[in-house]
Amino acid sequence: MATTEWPTTEWPTLDGRPLDGPLLRDIGLVCLAVGVVGLSYGAVAVTSGFDWWFPVLMGVLVLAASSEFLFVGIIAAGGSPIAALLAGLLVNARHLPFGLAVPGVLGQGWRGALGAHLMNDETVVFALAQDEPERKRAAYWLCGLGILVCWPVGAALGALLGSVVRDTGALGLDAMFPAVILALILPALKDGPLRRTALAGAALALTATPFLPAGLPVLLALAALPLFAVKTKKEAMR
Amino acid sequence: MSAAAAIPLPSTLAAMLALAAGTFLLRLSGPALRARCTLPDRAGKLLEVSAVLLLAALAATSALAEGDAFTGPARPLGVLTGGVLAWRRAPFLVVVLAAAGTTALLRLAGVP
Repeated sequence: MATTEWPTTEWPTLDGRPLDGPLLRDIGLVCLAVGVVGLSYGAVAVTSGFDWWFPVLMGVLVLAASSEFLFVGIIAAGGSPIAALLAGLLVNARHLPFGLAVPGVLGQGWRGALGAHLMNDETVVFALAQDEPERKRAAYWLCGLGILVCWPVGAALGALLGSVVRDTGALGLDAMFPAVILALILPALKDGPLRRTALAGAALALTATPFLPAGLPVLLALAALPLFAVKTKKEAMR
Repeated sequence: MSAAAAIPLPSTLAAMLALAAGTFLLRLSGPALRARCTLPDRAGKLLEVSAVLLLAALAATSALAEGDAFTGPARPLGVLTGGVLAWRRAPFLVVVLAAAGTTALLRLAGVP
């Protein structure tokens, strides 16, 4: 039997650079997971009295899961649309530091505008996790476009599900969103000083939750930032 | 058909559109600021850290809080299950479904 040397194949990106299999698989699974979280979002929205198209349209236009959950939750609890708007904007304020943290992946002009719209927790994490600019860009866009499709489709299916199943809490759908965020930041948390800073920030946010309006506690976590700055400065001086 | 609670649609729709516009501006302003002035490496690193900080706080509050009160143990235990699986490098879909499944089973057993 002749020994055949198979050529090693790699996944091509748009510009011919390799985007390896594990990364593609991770992006695919995140998009799928986002679709499943979208299920819970759509279901929650229709069970709180929204028409089916509302969470779907909001999913496309806002494209930021936590603010949409918050918006729907506040309206459903009888809050005013203004309160829901302000809380949503507050939660989405983190997109400003996100935009500063991922330079060069967005592109210019109309492409840049669409790129900015695709900015969210997942795409930023994937971009930050890559080492080369080309790979950062490819991961960001692939993940972003996937989410742009999966999130509203998930919401539509969830709205359908929610109009059939009344008690979506029984399905544990509310545990999905925090689990997704946690899974996304875990690799970054393997860095010791960063992990301790993040834990301090999370503790700060949790402590403030009973006292501050929704959305503010998350921003308060930034107060833990000096902790990281001091620690790394000490290490650099050694 | 929806549960038909009295949601004031025009004002809610207007608020949603305003949220979409505001969020888009927030997304645009980061890159725009970045183009105006170049940041030193250290500042860039701190911005990355602040993004992780915000996400950690978001995960913690959405796992443990419901409005301004603390939720029952079913949801955080589900999230914890997902977190442990993620730490052991399980695929994302497994993590997400395990989190929901654990919470659902706990609620089935009567845990709030």
